[in-house]
Amino acid sequence: MKLAAEGLAKRFAGGVEALADVSIELAAGEFVSIVGPSGCGKSTLLAMLAGLLEPSAGRILLDGVAARDGVAARDGLLGRIGYMPQRDLLMEWRTTLQNATLGLELAGVARAAARERALAEVGRFGLAGFEDRRPSALSGGMRQRAALLRTFLAGRDMMVLDEPFGALDALTREAMREWLLGVWESDRKTILLVTHDVEEAVFLSDRVYVMSGRPGRIRTAVEVSLPRPRTLELTATPAFAELKARLLAPLREEARSALGSA
Amino acid sequence: MSTTGTRLALALGGRLEPRPHAAPGRRRGVVGRVLAPMVVGVLLLALWQSYVALSGVREGTFPSPLEVADALVRDRSLLLSSAWTTLSEILLGYGVAIVVGIALATAVSSSRLIERAIYPWLVVSQMIPIPAIAPVVVLWTGFDIRPKLIVIALVTFFPIAVNTIDGLRATDSELVGLLRTLGAGRLDVFRIARLPNALPYVFSGLRVSAAFAVIAAVFAEWVGSTSGLGVLILDYGNQAATADVFATVFVLALIGVALFAAVGIVERLAVPWWQVEQ
Repeated sequence: MKLAAEGLAKRFAGGVEALADVSIELAAGEFVSIVGPSGCGKSTLLAMLAGLLEPSAGRILLDGVAARDGVAARDGLLGRIGYMPQRDLLMEWRTTLQNATLGLELAGVARAAARERALAEVGRFGLAGFEDRRPSALSGGMRQRAALLRTFLAGRDMMVLDEPFGALDALTREAMREWLLGVWESDRKTILLVTHDVEEAVFLSDRVYVMSGRPGRIRTAVEVSLPRPRTLELTATPAFAELKARLLAPLREEARSALGSA
Repeated sequence: MSTTGTRLALALGGRLEPRPHAAPGRRRGVVGRVLAPMVVGVLLLALWQSYVALSGVREGTFPSPLEVADALVRDRSLLLSSAWTTLSEILLGYGVAIVVGIALATAVSSSRLIERAIYPWLVVSQMIPIPAIAPVVVLWTGFDIRPKLIVIALVTFFPIAVNTIDGLRATDSELVGLLRTLGAGRLDVFRIARLPNALPYVFSGLRVSAAFAVIAAVFAEWVGSTSGLGVLILDYGNQAATADVFATVFVLALIGVALFAAVGIVERLAVPWWQVEQ
């Protein structure tokens, strides 16, 4: 297993229980998604995997090695997993390329070499011609691709992406999904994607975990054995619709009960 | 322009929120920036001149603009040498304040403990009535440039420090998290994110302090000095040479405006991204 989380729980100071007993697995080169309603603790889970938050219980194994049980999980994981937060967090005081090469810069790669490696990727990431522009000159989709390029160039072979397309319009989202799939198929990095969009999860993934909220836990895991390479046309097939329905059922139940209890 | 107006008004209050530079509109830029204040200036001068002419008030009580202009020309060599004295006091004191203010802000924002230990004393330093301690400072250091530096720096470091602290604190905590996942240490985070993020705030502090620096210099000279524009104001005042006092004040105002503008120019060079944001 590339990454395994076993019985992860997170209770924040003040007693809010964000996650309870979350276990997931990703084999090397797999694309796995987690879907769940907003506020189900998805972002908390990713922050723990990225080493930014300490789990209250459970352990995280990267390449089969526990990131030092419990207490020091944070030190063990920080900097080893590529992390793309929900917001692009591009810095306006840097050009697009300077934002993208942050990971290389922090790894001590010489400026010219980092620039060269980034320039080799701008075409594939749809940023050609915008290398030396400030982030404010980019469209929403381009900003997300720049943030993804920053994550890719950091060079980790395990990446966690937190709703990377959440802020984009529907058409751009679709195009970005197909594009991300293409990038993943050529690189075969291990990707864990968090989303609240079932269609996005099914279209991209080998396996989808469904989370329920407060406290967040894994409800079901659904294997997606649709053939690859996939194109957007796949979303119109009956097999796709069936998988979508299987994932939506527990989510709808969840949403109804949340409304009922409110 | 309205932004300049609010900035000045806020400057007098001591605190400025950083805001992006106004978009450089092509015609409005020149008309607004230069012509509008000029028109108001000329109108005020005309009003002033006609008041003096019509009311028949004596020159010693209230000189007309023409009499002030006359004094400016008459006193030009003394004004120039005094202006140089005062300007060097201001630049040195202001320079000390920039270094001290930014250094203190960096220290305060680097740890909670240091913040708790230092911040209250920064505030206390502003409670000190300058008129009360200025003579004491002169007593300690004598009549050279040192007491002026101390008074100017004491008055001007605070807005710089407070704004810099705000700016360093305002860094997006998610951005800090992201940088750490990319392998950044504390120093990297400071260099890559905190410092650039704080720059617009730093310049807000610098603008406020620029306005204070001139007033502080005059005051420092009043307490103990033999030369400078502040001294000149006292001397002319004692001679009831009112037009000459006004001329001196005019030169002081010029220094203040120039300092304020210089900070603005440096800001545009140092924080170019701030213009396009929003």
